[in-house]
Amino acid sequence: MFSKTIAQLSKGLHTGEFSSSELTRSYLDRIEAQDSKFNSYITVTPELAMEQAKAADKAIAAGTASPMTGIPIAHKDIFCSKGVRTSAGSKMLDNFISPYDATVIEKFNAAQSVSLGKTNMDEFAMGSSNENSFYGAVTNPWGENRVPGGSSGGSAAAVAAQLAAGTTGTDTGGSIRQPAALTNLTGIKPTYGRVSRFGMIAFASSLDQAGPITKTAQDAAIMLNVMAGFDPKDSTSSQETVDDYTATLNQPLKGLKIGLPKEFFSADLNPEIAARVQSALKEYQALGAELKEISLPNTALAIPSYYIIAPAEASSNLSRFDGVKFGHRCDNPVDLEDMYKRTRGEGFGTEVKRRVLVGTYALSEGFYDAYYKKAQQIRRLIQQDFANALKEVDVIMGPTTPQPAFKIGEKTSNPVDMYMEDIYTLSLNLAGLPGMSIPCGKVDSLPVGLQIIGNYFAEQRLLNVAHMFQQATDWHTQTAPGL
Amino acid sequence: MALDKSDVDKIAHLARINIEEKDTQAYLQNITSILDLVDQMQEVDTSNVEPLAHPMDAIQRLRADDITEQNQRELLQSVAPAVEEGLFLVPKVID
Repeated sequence: MFSKTIAQLSKGLHTGEFSSSELTRSYLDRIEAQDSKFNSYITVTPELAMEQAKAADKAIAAGTASPMTGIPIAHKDIFCSKGVRTSAGSKMLDNFISPYDATVIEKFNAAQSVSLGKTNMDEFAMGSSNENSFYGAVTNPWGENRVPGGSSGGSAAAVAAQLAAGTTGTDTGGSIRQPAALTNLTGIKPTYGRVSRFGMIAFASSLDQAGPITKTAQDAAIMLNVMAGFDPKDSTSSQETVDDYTATLNQPLKGLKIGLPKEFFSADLNPEIAARVQSALKEYQALGAELKEISLPNTALAIPSYYIIAPAEASSNLSRFDGVKFGHRCDNPVDLEDMYKRTRGEGFGTEVKRRVLVGTYALSEGFYDAYYKKAQQIRRLIQQDFANALKEVDVIMGPTTPQPAFKIGEKTSNPVDMYMEDIYTLSLNLAGLPGMSIPCGKVDSLPVGLQIIGNYFAEQRLLNVAHMFQQATDWHTQTAPGL
Repeated sequence: MALDKSDVDKIAHLARINIEEKDTQAYLQNITSILDLVDQMQEVDTSNVEPLAHPMDAIQRLRADDITEQNQRELLQSVAPAVEEGLFLVPKVID
């Protein structure tokens, strides 16, 4: 039952093979028995889940169900969920019971999905390994002592360990695609503005975007159908028409033009990863696609540009955590300044403080032009690179990460080492483009992700391209050893 | 530009974050290595490039000036550290 996809579970629910209550109870028992090995959940909500499952069973019996009705999923602990602790992986919000629902949560509630709980993450989504969580590191089901990636590391580990049928994540610089790659899953970061950011705790508002992490592209399409859409409560929400992402999954790929950026296959790339990506590209050729070398000349500048823009926006967003209206407050403050400083000093972890300090510096008097403005100009160059490339090709492909899952503790001493993990993913966030990662092989028994990048609002095409690959290969059906 | 410990103290003050004296050196090192990384940007000529703030260059959407929120003061203050008679309490600001 736990190896089933959302599509298969939905069928089982609708044919009466099992009820949502039975399914939910099984998942809750499994979390209880197994999650101590992975630490993928911060909060499990058994009562809420069983209540939602009962309602879902009624809806299925009444014939008012949708494909997500009764499916047990979990949400990254960055989405505010009413009456449930929403921590963002931070001590700052350890005591925060959200008084309202994020739009993403509201949409899954409306679809009558079951929420098993909230998944672990790097604090305020800052990290690429899930080691920056106040609630402890998450273990990758694919390798003892290996990171699951981050920042949506708990969301990825939960699906890989079969502790949820699918999960939500957020992606500011690769935080859905990189963990999906490292745990043999499918993850999609939609176009900027496609999914509402309302109630999603802000990290870098011009980059943040939510999406699903699932076993298959078909499941990602089913979940994205629920998540996507205009939201008046999010000032950057797109009014573009929403496609039915499941409608064209089986469209043949004959004549598909795939661009291969030469900068994504440089000397930094682990040759074994390069080989797996090349094999995947051969598979695409067999499916009728044409390959074309392209260039994204400013790729290397994505990291410096991102590591100014993201911290700068974070330093502004995180100023709301001041100990006044919600969250942590230090004991016995002598005055207001003392309260701010000690509250934030105690409430934020090391990486969050580092980024707030870098952002504060970049935005401080006299440095704005040299840092923030410069980074935004480079952001324009990166966007133009993609625009030029996407005139010639339909999609762009390459590796999701430069190497497979690394060991817990391996990259914690130097933040810059950790930042290099995002080299292939964060340029998309700067450009606002949609991208996904799908499994395409193994290196030393560890999963490898193939990244697929498309034009603005081309999620339907991306999911089709991913789905057809998954019809022809079985990498995505392989499960972590010992499950 | 090379930073020193007093710069870290100054930035930490601007950000209103208390950094323990024993940790300052580590923050200095890490921030310096991050700034070294981002300094690669300075090698690129961007003199005629328009900065990009929003991927679609969208402008702020406006809405009608209607009341859309209800009063939820009690609910919203239920998560506050210190509240009295509907007010958020903070340390004394004015003597």
